[in-house]
Amino acid sequence: MFPSQFEYHRAASIKDALDLLKQFGDDAKLLSGGHSLIPMMKLRLAQPAHLIDVTKIAELRAISESHGKIVIGAAATHDTVANSDLVRAKLGLLAEAAAAIGDVQVRNRGTIGGSLTHADPAADYPATALALEAEIKLDRDGGSRAVKAADFFLDLMTTAIQPGELLTQVAFAPIPSGTGYAYLKYPHPASGFAIVGVAAIAALDRSGKFANLRVGVTGLGPKAFRATAVEAALAGKAADAATIAAAASKTADGVDALGDIHASSEYRSELARVYARRAIQAAVARAKA
Amino acid sequence: MAVIPKFVGARIKRREDPRLISGTATYVDDVRLPDTLTAVVLRSPHPHARINSIDVAAARSAPGVVAVLTGEDLKGKVGGIPCVAPAEHIPFHPLLAQGKVRFVGESVAVVVASDAYLAQDAADLIDVDYDPLDAVSDPEKALADGAPILHEEFGANLATRALIPNPAVDEAIAKADRVIKFRIVNQRLAPVPMETRGVLAQWHQASGQLTLWTSTQIPHLLRSALAAVLSLPENRVRVIAPEVGGGFGAKLNFYREEALVAYLSRMLGRPVKWIERRRENLATTTHGRDQITYLEVPVKNDGTVLALKAKFICDMGAYLQLLTPAIPGFSGLMMTGCYKIPAMSFEQVMVFTNKMATDAYRGAGRPEAAYIAERTMDMVAAELGLDPVEVRRRNFIPKEAFPYATCAGLVYDSGDYNAALNKALEIVDYPKMRAEQAEALKHGRYIGIGIASYVEICGIGPSAMLPPKVPGWESATVRMEPDSRITVLTGISPHGQGQETTFAQMAADAFGVDIDDVAVVHGDTAIVQYGVGTFGSRGLSVGGTAVMMSVGKLQEKLKKIASTMMEAPPDQLTFTNRTVALKSDAAKAIPLQAVVDAAYGWKMPIPGMEPGLDATSVFEPTGCTFPFGTHIAVVEIDPDTGVVTFLRYVAVDDCGNIISPLLVAGQVHGGIAQGIAQALYEEVVYDENGQLVTATLMDYAAPRARMLPHYELAHTVTPSPLNPMGVKGVGEAGTIGSTPCMVNAVLDALKPLGVRHIDMPLRPEKLWRAFKDAKKA
Ligand SMILES: Cc1cc2nc3c(=O)[nH]c(=O)nc-3n(C[C@H](O)[C@H](O)[C@H](O)COP(=O)(O)OP(=O)(O)OC[C@H]3O[C@@H](n4cnc5c(N)ncnc54)[C@H](O)[C@@H]3O)c2cc1C
Repeated sequence: MFPSQFEYHRAASIKDALDLLKQFGDDAKLLSGGHSLIPMMKLRLAQPAHLIDVTKIAELRAISESHGKIVIGAAATHDTVANSDLVRAKLGLLAEAAAAIGDVQVRNRGTIGGSLTHADPAADYPATALALEAEIKLDRDGGSRAVKAADFFLDLMTTAIQPGELLTQVAFAPIPSGTGYAYLKYPHPASGFAIVGVAAIAALDRSGKFANLRVGVTGLGPKAFRATAVEAALAGKAADAATIAAAASKTADGVDALGDIHASSEYRSELARVYARRAIQAAVARAKA
Repeated sequence: MAVIPKFVGARIKRREDPRLISGTATYVDDVRLPDTLTAVVLRSPHPHARINSIDVAAARSAPGVVAVLTGEDLKGKVGGIPCVAPAEHIPFHPLLAQGKVRFVGESVAVVVASDAYLAQDAADLIDVDYDPLDAVSDPEKALADGAPILHEEFGANLATRALIPNPAVDEAIAKADRVIKFRIVNQRLAPVPMETRGVLAQWHQASGQLTLWTSTQIPHLLRSALAAVLSLPENRVRVIAPEVGGGFGAKLNFYREEALVAYLSRMLGRPVKWIERRRENLATTTHGRDQITYLEVPVKNDGTVLALKAKFICDMGAYLQLLTPAIPGFSGLMMTGCYKIPAMSFEQVMVFTNKMATDAYRGAGRPEAAYIAERTMDMVAAELGLDPVEVRRRNFIPKEAFPYATCAGLVYDSGDYNAALNKALEIVDYPKMRAEQAEALKHGRYIGIGIASYVEICGIGPSAMLPPKVPGWESATVRMEPDSRITVLTGISPHGQGQETTFAQMAADAFGVDIDDVAVVHGDTAIVQYGVGTFGSRGLSVGGTAVMMSVGKLQEKLKKIASTMMEAPPDQLTFTNRTVALKSDAAKAIPLQAVVDAAYGWKMPIPGMEPGLDATSVFEPTGCTFPFGTHIAVVEIDPDTGVVTFLRYVAVDDCGNIISPLLVAGQVHGGIAQGIAQALYEEVVYDENGQLVTATLMDYAAPRARMLPHYELAHTVTPSPLNPMGVKGVGEAGTIGSTPCMVNAVLDALKPLGVRHIDMPLRPEKLWRAFKDAKKA
């Protein structure tokens, strides 16, 4: 487990990081928590000649509230997110997902920016980012753009980030009070990643019908996705168990499900349906509480 | 003066732990010698391939590289890895592949460089031209005609066969009310010690001596093997097992890298270190289990088991390690378990496949046996519609029958199986649990109650039971130093078992001193007399007896001397509170130190007595000990997902007398964790072409705390008559009892579906399918 030789650069600011990216181009990799990148380097599946560490950029580590949004710096660790008072108060779903990632060591090092960028099909954050309709800010030399979570995850470990871009922050609208949410995860018995993870956000109207529902699913397919068929099936419908179950049965429709020795694609699809049903039910229960 | 308490039986913390949990223990990789070179091994990506050529030119000239060797370079210069267990076909087991590779991970070349990074860079430059061959990973397919043959010289993949015939078994089958037949699999497991293997070798040119630090359970046996492979005299080889971070049987072995690194140090005249990576550990450290068993069980309608007939297919892997073909023997001999089954017979077929070798893994043959026995009891119960408790009771060896000679020819030392079963039933409140289970089922909840009453074989053992060169005795030297502190040198090599604590408890009590007055030394062949090692839960019962024999010799000498000083007969004396005192009157005492002073010859009161306080003993047991117990698990299965939730886990273990309650609890906890992991999670998977699928811990499901139940532990105490402490051994009990217990619990939950058996690991997906199939039917 010995990576090939590389040079380490510590970026002092966003500009510094972008300059280094420009300077080294394809030979460089951004380093955040290192919990996805370094294992690949140890296996020599990745052999970057330059590593640009972004975790010492104060701006990227901050969590703040501005213009009605909760803004989380890309280099905020999972542990920071899970334990932030602000996140827990206004983005409970994200805090729950962060707390469900890996183990203590992983949460102490891994970061939200790294996780979203790595786009592991079994990562926890993507499901919540989709359900929360996060906005991902990408900076490049001389500009920046915001990408909606729905447009961010393109394929297996592939995102909308372009070469030369740095993910700087993720912005979320706070979860309004009266809206329920839940993140349910079936952890892989070996890796601890999600075999299936479902994030659900639900708001009901006065008559107990769905006024709003968003469901993000991770683990099932090559990329995390919004279960739009399930959402549509429940729009304006009564939030009772039978209706929810019928809608949740569509969760895996049209998804090219992954499989491994611990969960075949058939079983994973069923898990996705069951977890979607349960996550929606849990969100509804909280919305009612 | 404060009174020194008794230590045996007290709940004291392990003396080993402060250094382990504070990161100050010295493992092989922590031993730093100047000028050390690092070795990196290039390994085969193919399960089976012919090696046409290996081009090492680029690697040899890479920066920092000192040497690059392949199998060709070693031909005729160094021996192969020994297998000491008898087998019909023992293939030559080279340090680096010669001509052919036979499993993924087989060592092909070694690079020695100034550091690991440069060594790896150079290893990447080695160009091996392979001709991939068909491979076989399924042992039953490996026996079929036309299967790819691993070792052409044998003409087939059969390694060896073991046969214990018994015509009484066929008679029982003929006259039985019913014969229950089934096939069960003990899947292949990886031991996954926290510390992987690691070796550091230092050749001393001037004296022609070799020192080898290695993460092993058997430093002395390893010294013998190493000296033989390198053609060195044994008195010029020193093996040190420093802190060893877990072995679980996988380090009861002698590996290629141990010999290779020693060879390289001698060749290069510099220290050479190799530390196994986790991926290497999963691919190239011995695996355990991997047995398929076909069973025939003739029974009477009342649940009496009349005989047991088994055919085993045992996967050896590609080569035979130290004891590979010996392990299944224990499975056969112990498969009748706690039961007075009058006859048994078995056939074992040991097969070569394109996989890593199997060998001992926590329990080593006995978990497989307990699994057979306890699945059999549940199968009988299910077949006859009886309660599994009743079937066990009907077949138990009664407590009056001990010592009991089994139909397999073993003699169980002592036991009271009903007592352990009853205690476990009482703790879970069995009738209430069954009622709750029935009630829950009405609401669509699937609760299962699993019972396993196990017996295992420990305190290994009389040398006659073991292969040559792995004797069953153990040695100990006990020394009282001039300041009356005690040094215990034991031939066992604890690596987590905690004998630095237990042996100190025993010695402290024997001499009436504080536990801190005792030091326990092990794991260095230059310091400790020849010994055997730590495996088969023998440390306390065999190693501890040797300690007590030496303790006794010193006590005798001290008493003799004290008797002249106190003018009292030796048998009236006792050791207490750092004095030698009259048994009848503790106030009549002289300081222990005064007696020690005398013994060291400074004022020797007995003319002609040899000065010094040093005694060495070797204990050769006359028989094995047979710990037993009953585990009960209560689980609930989610029919929608197959996920298992633990409701209760009760373990009643009988390991004879208990020296150290906390240590026993620790051993049981760890054992249950690994046993449940076999039941539910772990499996080394090779695909049908021989590729290793579970190559990392991202795929191989070693258990985490969150994947395990809360344990409720209890004991019965049935002392062993075979050693002075009355102990039996507890290192493997948890593993042996828990696997069948958990499987029985899960399958009990599925009983309403009509399911009789599912092979381990009982992954949720398999359970979910059982529900799905039942719904379809
Ligand atoms: C044992 C273990 C268990 C784990 N379990 C889980 C789990 O249960 N759930 C889960 O979701 N994850 C899990 N992970 C993954 C973990 O959360 C990773 O930390 C995360 O996926 C990557 O984040 P990082 O900060 O470590 O990124 P890094 O590894 O540093 O980087 C990952 C990738 O992102 C790029 N990158 C990093 N930062 C930026 C940026 N700001 N802008 C652009 N590109 C960037 C890097 O160049 C690299 O390609 C686990 C990891 C380990 C080692």
